[in-house]
Amino acid sequence: MTATEQSLLLFGGVLAVLVVASLIGFLLARRYASSAPNPAIDNLNSRIKAWWLMVVLIGLAFAVGKAGVIVLFALASLAALREFITLTPTRRGDHAALAVSFFVVLPLQYYLIWIEWYGLYSIFIPVYAFLLLPIVVALRGDTKDFMGRVAEIQWGLMICVFCLSHVPALITLPIPGFQGRNLLLIAFLVLVVQSSDVLQYVWGKLLGRHQIAPQLSPSKTVEGTVGGIACATLLGAALWWITPFAAWQAGLIALAINLMGFCGGLVMSAIKRDRGVKDWGWMIEGHGGVLDRLDSVIFAAPIFFHITRYWWTP
Amino acid sequence: VIASLCASVVTALARLVTGVRGEWRGCEPAPATRVYFANHNSHLDFVLIWSVLPRALRQATRPVAGADYWLQGPLRRLFGKRVFNAVLIDRTAVTQDVHPVALMAKALDEGASLILFPEGTRNLTEARLLPFKSGLYHLAKSRTDVELVPVWIENLNRVMPKGEIVPIPLLCTVTFGAAMQVAAGEDKGAFLERARTALLALAPERRDSK
Repeated sequence: MTATEQSLLLFGGVLAVLVVASLIGFLLARRYASSAPNPAIDNLNSRIKAWWLMVVLIGLAFAVGKAGVIVLFALASLAALREFITLTPTRRGDHAALAVSFFVVLPLQYYLIWIEWYGLYSIFIPVYAFLLLPIVVALRGDTKDFMGRVAEIQWGLMICVFCLSHVPALITLPIPGFQGRNLLLIAFLVLVVQSSDVLQYVWGKLLGRHQIAPQLSPSKTVEGTVGGIACATLLGAALWWITPFAAWQAGLIALAINLMGFCGGLVMSAIKRDRGVKDWGWMIEGHGGVLDRLDSVIFAAPIFFHITRYWWTP
Repeated sequence: VIASLCASVVTALARLVTGVRGEWRGCEPAPATRVYFANHNSHLDFVLIWSVLPRALRQATRPVAGADYWLQGPLRRLFGKRVFNAVLIDRTAVTQDVHPVALMAKALDEGASLILFPEGTRNLTEARLLPFKSGLYHLAKSRTDVELVPVWIENLNRVMPKGEIVPIPLLCTVTFGAAMQVAAGEDKGAFLERARTALLALAPERRDSK
């Protein structure tokens, strides 16, 4: 099977799942239309609608190829960073550092991925931006809460730009015998981690009894987490044919990125709790903000990237 | 036509940069004659309020703005008068025959709603809200049937603080509170304090007030 055939098959499968999900949502809404408004069903349906949008966007990006994927994730980084900084208390003295983050660091990071300069894009933000930001803030002379302000901007860049940029960076990995198929690695990562989110939600709704992290995320349950991660791990193993991995390897890697994704959700919840908000933003109807949807991918992407790079590239 | 096109472009741009979201907490977007009174951080505050008003309401809503700023230079003049259709107040020379409150009352009588910044000037301090000028009270006294709606604009001062040239695309929110009026026998100080409290109540809590 060629890479294109595999992509088409994969998207066909995803679309079929979405059609079934939409049908279930429609039937549920019709069945309970007469009774009192049901927020759970409304939420389910707006989630499904947002899913359609996301699949269409990723599909279009794949059709364009490397440029499409890089632009899509650069825009996702931009949306994520603005949500992050919006909820971060900054001062007027941070303005230059923020401008540099948004308009220099972010585009440059994605440009470095475009020219496939691994040696620089893998350290650009953790080293160069890390050192540059406190310099820019210091030059403005506002010392109040200096450490905290600088650290929060750095953290925002690491999470929203650096970590997320490892998704399109998968294109640049030279895997012997897998040339021209790297987009499928992105499909594997996004599909496994996002389905883990969905399956955790579904398992939690069906069987959830015991809270797993009541202080962080009251809606997460032990049953939902275990069931969701187990199913998504099996899904990952079943998708081995689109990857350079054997089935058992694909399963193990899926387990690793699902665990990272779950922990990413917890970390980002902790920040939201501290800021006193439920969602990062309001860009995607039914999902809150971009960060609410991408938190798991953000934590999984660099690990997936480096596992693949370490063991599968020469 | 060109003016309304310009207005659409400006509001679309504002929505793009600030991702602005309108939250109607205390009232609904309705075609009543209203005075929206808001906190003032930037010359473009009213554009954000405009952006979240439905189109029909937007066309009937005029900002009240300082003539000294909006009559400076041909471009500002064009935008101030034609595109934004602002009620321009001369803050330097207040004479009895062109009293600001009379100008605003006239606009209300013509069927327009107004966007008013009762702090009177942009707030460039660390305080969340400056004391109110008395214009809002006198306007409310002279047109008692008009609904006064407090509107809190959050984050625009962070998008583009004074003296900066590059806007940071942070997300802004515009929150509309419940309509209020001057109570019978309420004096100026009490009313202005009540209006100011109602506006402040819409502001999200600040974590960095340490």
